[in-house]
Amino acid sequence: MTILNGTLLDEEIELSLNELCKACSSSAEWVIELVDEGVLEPVNSEQIHWRFSGISLQRAYTAMRLQQDLGINLAGIALALDLLDEIDALQARLNCFEA
Amino acid sequence: MDFKDYYEIMGIKRDATQDEIKRAYRKLARKYHPDVSKEADAEIRFKEVGEAYEVLKDPEKRASYDQLGANWKAGQDFNPPPDWDAGFEFRGGGYTDGNASDYSDFFSSIFGQGFGGAQAGSRQGAGHAQGNDHHAKVLIDLEDAYQGATRSITLQSPEVDNSGHVTTKQRTLSVKIPKGVKQGQRIRLAGQGSAGMGKGQAGDLYLEIEFNPHSIYKVEGHDVYLTLPVTPWEAALGATVKVPTPAGPVDLKITAGTGSGSKLRLKARGIPGKSPGDLYVVTQITLPPADSDKAKALYQQMQQDLAYNPRSKLGV
Repeated sequence: MTILNGTLLDEEIELSLNELCKACSSSAEWVIELVDEGVLEPVNSEQIHWRFSGISLQRAYTAMRLQQDLGINLAGIALALDLLDEIDALQARLNCFEA
Repeated sequence: MDFKDYYEIMGIKRDATQDEIKRAYRKLARKYHPDVSKEADAEIRFKEVGEAYEVLKDPEKRASYDQLGANWKAGQDFNPPPDWDAGFEFRGGGYTDGNASDYSDFFSSIFGQGFGGAQAGSRQGAGHAQGNDHHAKVLIDLEDAYQGATRSITLQSPEVDNSGHVTTKQRTLSVKIPKGVKQGQRIRLAGQGSAGMGKGQAGDLYLEIEFNPHSIYKVEGHDVYLTLPVTPWEAALGATVKVPTPAGPVDLKITAGTGSGSKLRLKARGIPGKSPGDLYVVTQITLPPADSDKAKALYQQMQQDLAYNPRSKLGV
């Protein structure tokens, strides 16, 4: 059987605005809105030099699904993602204490 | 095929109002959304709820579903009665929202006649639709994150055949787990999701990394924690002890006067990567049992000679 090599969505891969839009089949305007809302944090501050990490790509996918499946607006998506991150961090901390 | 009780799936009564159905759906969709839920079968539940809502939100589909009668039980073997949907406008109509391939055989058997493969998924508009993305969790051991691994993953995905019937197809993929993966990270396998409609591209498969609980290590981000039992004399006098790490045992120096619960950092011995994590060793002083006369005598001697009050800071 062929062994599939996927892309690990981590902080080491970097994408341009164009590549990010293509990867999530979304418009640049939508990505810019996500940046304005603080959902995505590009590496450089100037829009023409924006680079996004794999974490941003993962967040953009999640944002898209939350918008499509649950009808959440951007502010709600930003809040949901922050809370999900916090739950993950707390869960990891909790696991360290549990026997 | 199995009968599906859409009311039971949504946790509502058969006489629920349309508003109640909508509220139940919104609540369950949030609860089981694969990006939100921590439950293992979230994606299946999410699709099930979506299918139930697809039927119950539409008064016509709901009425024809109700016509099947209330005596059916979930899981019961089901075959639609002949001409059961006569008199309904949508006859042969089928799927309006969502992606047909996400729906069950049961749904197809009662609403899917005439479905010819040209239905559009909700995400992409008519004609050519991109296939749905799939999500799955892959359980790995902590050691796999240190060394990298290959994992076989068996996925069940619904497929639509030429006659429009939905069948569940099992496929097994062999996937490389790269070294340095962390809990919750996702691996994207392009084109391994549902097949697209028409010229639409296939969806992607997302594998979320989850570590099997480890018998001795705990993981937090890229850092790893180990509770290390030490004797009172090792802690008091200092010692060099063997410590296991996921990459093999190392020697650790314990300085004299180390207390219980001290956190000793082994730099860059956590999960590897460009910025590797650390391994934290948390000391736990364990007492030898006083189960022989000699052991008892040693404890009694310490009691007499050390004059130590561990509760002095508590004012007693």
